[in-house]
Amino acid sequence: MYPSRFNYESPSTIEEAIALLDAGRGEAKILAGGQSLVPMLKLRFAAPETLVDINNIPGLGYHHFDDAGALHIGALCRHEDIEKSAVIAERQPTIAAAAPLVADPIVRTRGTFVGSVCHGDPQGDWAACMIALDGYVVAQGPNGRREIPVKSFVTGPFQNVLAHNEIAVEAVVPAPRGEARGAYLKLERRVGDFATAAVAVALDMSGDVVLRAGIALTGVGGTTVNASEAAESLTGSTLDADSIARAAELAAAAAQPRSDHRGSASYKRHIVNTFTARALSGIASSSERAA
Amino acid sequence: MTSLYEEVSVTPVDVPVRRVTITVNGERRAADVEPRLLLAHLLRQGFGLTGTHTGCDTTNCGACTVLFDGRPVKSCTMLAVQADGHDVQTVEGLASASELHPIQEGFKEEHGLQCGYCTPGMMMAAKALLEENPDPSEDEIRWALSGNLCRCTGYQNIVKAVLWAADKLRASAG
Amino acid sequence: MTIDEIKIGGMGASRRRVEDNRFIRGRGNYVDDVVLPGMLHMEILRSPLAHARIRSIDVSKAWEIPGVRLVLTGDMMATRNLAWMPTLSYDTQAVLATDKVRFQGQEVAAVIADDPYIAKDACEAIVVDYEPLPVIVNPMQAMADGAPLIRDDKENQPDNKVFDWEVGDRAATDQAFAEADVVSKLELHYPRSHPSPLEPCGSIADFDRSTGKLTVYMTTQAPHIIRAAVALVAELPEHMIRIISPDLGGGFGNKVPVYPGYVISILASILTERPVKWIEDKTGNLISTGFGRDVYLQGEMALRKDGRILGVRMHTISDHGAFFSDAQPSKFKIGLMHSAFACYDIPSAHLTATGMYTNKAPGGVAYRCSFRVTEAMFFQERMVQAAADDLGMDQAEFRRMNFVRDDDFPHRTAFGFLTDSGQYGKCLDVGLEAIGYEQFLKDQEEARKKGRLLGIGISTMTEPLGAGNSREYDILGIKMFDSAELRVHMTGKAILRTGAKTQGQGHETTWAQIVAHELGIPADDIVVEEGDTDTAPFGMGTYASRSTPVAGAAVAMVARKIRAKARKIAAHLLEVSEEDVEWELGRFYVRSQPDRGVSIQDCSMAAYSNVPDGMEPGLENTAYYDPPNLTWPFACYIATVEVDPETGVWDVLRMVAVDDCGVRINPMIVEGQIMGGLTEAYAMASMQFITFDADGNCVGSNYMDYLLPTAWETPGFELHEVVTPCPHHPIGAKGIGECATVGGPAAFVNAVMDAVKHLGVRNIDMPLLPDRVHQAANTGNDVSGMPPVRTDAP
Repeated sequence: MYPSRFNYESPSTIEEAIALLDAGRGEAKILAGGQSLVPMLKLRFAAPETLVDINNIPGLGYHHFDDAGALHIGALCRHEDIEKSAVIAERQPTIAAAAPLVADPIVRTRGTFVGSVCHGDPQGDWAACMIALDGYVVAQGPNGRREIPVKSFVTGPFQNVLAHNEIAVEAVVPAPRGEARGAYLKLERRVGDFATAAVAVALDMSGDVVLRAGIALTGVGGTTVNASEAAESLTGSTLDADSIARAAELAAAAAQPRSDHRGSASYKRHIVNTFTARALSGIASSSERAA
Repeated sequence: MTSLYEEVSVTPVDVPVRRVTITVNGERRAADVEPRLLLAHLLRQGFGLTGTHTGCDTTNCGACTVLFDGRPVKSCTMLAVQADGHDVQTVEGLASASELHPIQEGFKEEHGLQCGYCTPGMMMAAKALLEENPDPSEDEIRWALSGNLCRCTGYQNIVKAVLWAADKLRASAG
Repeated sequence: MTIDEIKIGGMGASRRRVEDNRFIRGRGNYVDDVVLPGMLHMEILRSPLAHARIRSIDVSKAWEIPGVRLVLTGDMMATRNLAWMPTLSYDTQAVLATDKVRFQGQEVAAVIADDPYIAKDACEAIVVDYEPLPVIVNPMQAMADGAPLIRDDKENQPDNKVFDWEVGDRAATDQAFAEADVVSKLELHYPRSHPSPLEPCGSIADFDRSTGKLTVYMTTQAPHIIRAAVALVAELPEHMIRIISPDLGGGFGNKVPVYPGYVISILASILTERPVKWIEDKTGNLISTGFGRDVYLQGEMALRKDGRILGVRMHTISDHGAFFSDAQPSKFKIGLMHSAFACYDIPSAHLTATGMYTNKAPGGVAYRCSFRVTEAMFFQERMVQAAADDLGMDQAEFRRMNFVRDDDFPHRTAFGFLTDSGQYGKCLDVGLEAIGYEQFLKDQEEARKKGRLLGIGISTMTEPLGAGNSREYDILGIKMFDSAELRVHMTGKAILRTGAKTQGQGHETTWAQIVAHELGIPADDIVVEEGDTDTAPFGMGTYASRSTPVAGAAVAMVARKIRAKARKIAAHLLEVSEEDVEWELGRFYVRSQPDRGVSIQDCSMAAYSNVPDGMEPGLENTAYYDPPNLTWPFACYIATVEVDPETGVWDVLRMVAVDDCGVRINPMIVEGQIMGGLTEAYAMASMQFITFDADGNCVGSNYMDYLLPTAWETPGFELHEVVTPCPHHPIGAKGIGECATVGGPAAFVNAVMDAVKHLGVRNIDMPLLPDRVHQAANTGNDVSGMPPVRTDAP
């Protein structure tokens, strides 16, 4: 309930923040939404020497689509900004589907999309969406910016590849070539529960043909699982009973769940299968309706 | 508080302390705080506003909900230093000098509380909802309050209380 | 002009609550809100291991932290004979561990410092060297040959058994089984659950050396019991102890036991000569304080083929954790488990009960349980469901044909309880009508043809509330009466204090309604106080739904004493003899001249200014009420659900509750209690439980794992009523606070089981997690929830 002591800095530019991280030599942590970090401080699972609060850096709360159709989400864009976004609802259905399922409505007013991805919790919903969408994180350090695909961003539970003096300033979802379709299905026993299992499906479609697919799994591994084989099985095909069943089976095979009080490993795998199939079927049937 | 005296420690301890100035229920207040101090604790112990309660240690229960720049936040999951320069509303700021807020009236009228422990946080979350959505459905109310746990009421009367308040607020808005 | 009882807030009025006025303003006064000058703060260091010998405790680094005032360990407590304390069940419990730790979360050391952050820092600096021991996480392991001995601190404790107990008629029951056409069997586990009031436990102990008086603010539902316990444990004289229970953020039985934190804070205050505040965090509350349930049942029912129940056999095995600390009437080792089947007319029954120690937190009797009646009624209705299924009979008709008939009261149950009234058939009828029973069964069949799984579950019961009569009920030898003290002032305003302790039930509102009913004084003119042992008359507190039956009766009785004296004063004022005086609400009048009368306020003024010769002045009195019997509310709960066969997720379609709690003092408050209880029933049935892995790690020690439903999952409730006044209660009322928690879970579980029974499943242990339902539906096998929880690799 009571964090241990730390120093606190509140820079007003990204450069200042980077300088503070640099000086911290690995003992400084970024405070953005704080909805993951502060609980860890309270339970003393984390005890950094310095917190660098970026909430006073202006101009980071944005989300917008650029002219090419890529979605840019700034470091201080809150979960609820995404939940309420009409443009995201229209153009990025996977993200729109996940937004109301992240934590609870109060936590969503503070927690940030980028912060959640950086946190590297295998229970994090956004990481699955970003992997399914082939998204990337823009990191800024003393030597400038680089783009890191989310697929290789998290290396283990709560560990990411950012250098100690880098900040994730933005998350980017590349523009689809065709039409973005998607879903996010999560088995939680109540609002705010950890997922027993969840599936993010993102399809880039031209008519009823899948140009590119991404499927990623929450809560069934030490990190978010990239069900790449399942996704690739859909590339170039249409969504029919066979292709859906195959993809669902491959997604379940990719899962690495553990048995715990939420359910057995085989049950979680079964949910991955069921939810992958439901997500794809849902997309298929609404395509038919629209057509 | 008084400027006449303040007892300090004889053995100076090297603890980082920051001055924060926060507008609390419309009034500017200031305090010197350690960065690790949670906002909920500054409100309760620092400012003596004990209406905001703490009921868990994992950011689940929402008993500590206050309005931060008008948005509902769990004050146990914010640091007091983060509130510097910002606006915080607590349950103590709901009523005016002469009148209860319709949300408070609704909770009493519809028996939306029993032990009262979740009630301040529940009402602040309800206030935020009604400011965004003055005519919510029952489902919308339940969804908006799904970050606030209640152990006593079973929520049904809380929903009725919020509907009562929504009716009254719409009626007085004209 | 006769006074309108509803207008003055008398009985039957849905009077808006007095306590709300401060709660809605955030001006409640909970223990953590209380600030005393010079107050220090205490944090407890807890054991990470479930069973381990303590080799050493090094507190030196803790003492070095600036702001630390005192560090306490078990050895230090032992020098004052305070390392162990007696429990409310005649066992002993460690205050701070000395030799071993016996459950994960057990208290090992305490730090008292200038603020709780520093106290926590210092706790982290304490180094404990543990030697792990084998761990027991369920009673079967505790019983096994060669099981490690948990309570090696006790003399004459060769194994892990707490007790064996039995009740009923073994011979007659054996005979019934010998004659049975069908024997229906069921085994299940009622999992460990926790009352988890939103406010955790805490105390502020303030020992004043100059007066020798100890004042303790405490989260307690039973302040007078605590005063007696503190006198015993701390060896302080009873009149120099003041326990103040201010506002409580919920109790549900969690705030009845004496916890080590209270005792340590008292010693710390004595040693530091400062007030010491201890507020536990939610993890401390969930991992170490009084839980509820954790009982295994082996049940059998002897049946005639026409559906008559001939006999019932129950064997229960209860998991008490590391110390036997249940707060329950001392004669009944397994509480009122033998109240099971009270609503059914069964000729013979036999219950055997075994209690075992395990490496888990102590407790078992808590969580709105009416002293284990939650378990009794759950077992009952699960067995009844199984029996009806085994006979191929309709669930409602099987119950109806076995109910005690309306004209059969008073009725002695096979286990020896005396029920005095009931309309069980009518209650069931109201429920069936409300849920649309016949139509639902048709809909269910149609749906199944399309692969949809609908289910309907019934739970009917009567339960004993209002412990209890002095012949049979006591806690540590103290009889379970209760009390009310009423002082009517000269202007007819009054103050009422009772020995109960509200935690959200609305006593400040409802007790005044009883006085308004008896005396015609407007409820708004009566202030109600509870919880301060210096001012409240002696009572046994509020738990097990005993307040309306016992303290509420005392309120009525003391008001009647006041009225009897006021009658004499009225006669004096009206200058007639007492026999000529009649009473109507708020007024005495002359029978032969009804226009000539005096109000109760006239009488109260006269009590201080114009009493008849020979009468003591004043209008104040006290009543202590020893209830002649328990009260017997009854209920019918019916839930309908749909189960998703692909995922095992189930949703509640409707929940109908029909409750009879006799005369309702405040209908609004009664309904609030029922809805709260139904929510807890839903919670336990669907998601809420505490379990353990094989190493004794507690799963469910925080709100990420111990799931309370939110407004989003919690279903809506449709409430109905039947009213059968209690024949022996002064105002015809019965208890109600726990009924829905007692009877509700079986309705939800029976509904889900009904949806999947055609697949061969007989039992799924609560909570009915999607995984369990899916597994059962797909294998046709029962699913047990007995710990340890599976944590095997994929």
